[in-house]
Amino acid sequence: MLELRDVTYEVDDNNDNKEILKGINLKIDEHFIAITGPNGGGKSTLAKMIAGIIRPTSGQILLDGEDITELNITERANRGISFAFQQPVHFKGLTVKDMISIAAGRDMSVNDICDILSEVGLCAREYIDREINSSLSGGELKRIEIAMIAARGTKLSIFDEPEAGIDLWSFNSLIKVFEKMRDEINGTILIISHQERILNIADKIVVIADGKVEQFGPKEEVLPALLHTAKTCQTLEEKL
Amino acid sequence: MEKKMDLVQKNLLEQVAGLHEIPEGAYNIRANGEKLGRNTTANIDIVSKTDQDGIDIIIKPGTVNESVHIPVLLSMSGMQECVYNDFYIGEGADVTIIAGCGIHNCGVDTSKHDGIHTFYLEKNAKVRYVERHYGEGDGNGENIMNPQTIVHLKEGSHMEMETTQIKGIDSTHRVTRGDLAEGASLEIHEKIMTHGKQYAKTDFSVDLNGDGSSCNLVSRSVAKGESKQQFFSVMNGNAACAGHSECDAIIMDHGCVTASPQLTANSIEANLIHEAAIGKIAGEQLIKLMTLGLTEKEAEEQIINGFLK
Repeated sequence: MLELRDVTYEVDDNNDNKEILKGINLKIDEHFIAITGPNGGGKSTLAKMIAGIIRPTSGQILLDGEDITELNITERANRGISFAFQQPVHFKGLTVKDMISIAAGRDMSVNDICDILSEVGLCAREYIDREINSSLSGGELKRIEIAMIAARGTKLSIFDEPEAGIDLWSFNSLIKVFEKMRDEINGTILIISHQERILNIADKIVVIADGKVEQFGPKEEVLPALLHTAKTCQTLEEKL
Repeated sequence: MEKKMDLVQKNLLEQVAGLHEIPEGAYNIRANGEKLGRNTTANIDIVSKTDQDGIDIIIKPGTVNESVHIPVLLSMSGMQECVYNDFYIGEGADVTIIAGCGIHNCGVDTSKHDGIHTFYLEKNAKVRYVERHYGEGDGNGENIMNPQTIVHLKEGSHMEMETTQIKGIDSTHRVTRGDLAEGASLEIHEKIMTHGKQYAKTDFSVDLNGDGSSCNLVSRSVAKGESKQQFFSVMNGNAACAGHSECDAIIMDHGCVTASPQLTANSIEANLIHEAAIGKIAGEQLIKLMTLGLTEKEAEEQIINGFLK
C-alpha cells in the first residue's frame, strides 16, 4: 500500500516560494488508480515524488508501511516502484533489448523479449535491435516505455500521461494495453491521465487541482461529475 | 624460427584481435619487433619489406570472403618502433583486415608503436578494416601509439574502417588520409575513451575527387578524468560528392574535448555536412536507468557502454 502523509513541495520561483503541492494525503491500495486534474495542478510532480525523482519539502511517503521519504530513486526502484516517463528518454547506442534486459534485471532471450513486446503490440523481430532514439515514433517509444515497466513487474507501476504525444490510432491500442495490464498485472497501477477512456477503467480516481486532492473516490462517483464539469470535445469523443 | 606466445602476449592478442590462439587464414603476428608467426594463402601474400620495417600485404583480384589478421604486440617496457605496412587490394576483391596493437608496459620506460598503414584499393575492391588499440601495465612507463592510415580508393571501391581505442593508451595522435575516385565510398567509425591524464588527437583529411564519391565519418568518444581529446576533420568536396562527418563526445569529471571540423566545397555539386555534439551525460538518462533499479554509477556505465558499442 502507498500512503502519502501531508506531503508538500515548494520551489523557489524568483525568490518567491511557490507551493506546488499543498499537503497531499492519500492512501492507495486499490488495483488501478487514475490521477487526473487540470494542467499545472501538481500531478506529475506527485508522480515524480513517489518515484524519488524529486523530494518533498515536508511530509512522508510510505510503501507497505515503510517510510521511503529519504530513499533515493534506485532504492525505491528496488523496493518495487516503477515509473514510466511522460516523455521517453532517448539513448545513443542502447537498444530495445538492452533496456528491457536492464528493466528485467537479467539478460533476456529473444523469446523473453518477444513475450514482453507483444504485450504492448510490438513485434520483437522488428524492434529488438533498434536504438531508443528519434528513429522510433512517439507511439513506439511510449509502448517500449510501458514494456520496460511490464518487464519489471513491480508492486507499484506509475505511468505519467501515457497518452501524451501519441496519435489517435496508437491511442486506441494503448487503451487495450492498459485494459490488459489491469486484468493481468498483480500490484497497483497508478496512471496520470486526462483521457476519459483511461479514467473509465480505473477502480478509483484522484482529482488533483492547485496542489491539493480535490476529490478521491470510486470511479462511479468521481467520473460523472468530472464529465459534467469538463466536457471533452464532442467530435473527438465520437471518434474514440 | 618462429616463437611461441607467452601469457601476456596471449592476453594482448585477445584484446586487440579477439583471438585466443593463432588465427585461421592469412596472418602476420609481430611481437616486440620480431615476426612471431605468419601464414599466407593462395590469394593473400605477405612479404617483409627490405628497405624499411614492415610488410606488404598483397591480395589477388577477385579474392572474396577471406580475412587477414596483422596484430602487433609489445610486452617489453621501453620498446619503440615505427612500422610501414602496405596493403594492395586487387580489383573486385572483398576482404576483412583486422589490425591492432596491444602494449603491456610494466616498466618505467615509454613503449611506443607508430604504425603507418597505406591501402591501395583497385577498382570495385571492398575492404573492411578493423583496428583496435589497447594498453595495460602497472609501471610508470607510458604507452604511446601514433597510427597513420592512408587510403587510396579507385573507381567504385569501398572501404569501411572501424577503429577503437578504449583503454590504456596514454598518448595517441591518429592520422587518417583518404582520396576517393569516382563512385568510391569511405565509411569510418571511430571510438575512443580516454581517462586519467591521457591525450588523444584524431586528424582526418579526405579528398572527394570523383563524381559520386562519398565519405561518412562518425566519431564517438568519452573523455574521463583529466584527459584531453582533439578531433580535427577536413573534408574537401572536389566533385559531385557527398560528405558527412559527425563528432559526438561525452565528457566526464574534468575531461576536455575540442572538435574542429572543416568542410571545403570546391564543386557546386558537392554536398557536405558536419555535426558535432559535446556534453555530459544527460541527467534524464541517468534518472531513467535509476528508476529501473541501477545505481548512478551502474547507469553511467550502461550509457557509456551503449554509446561506444
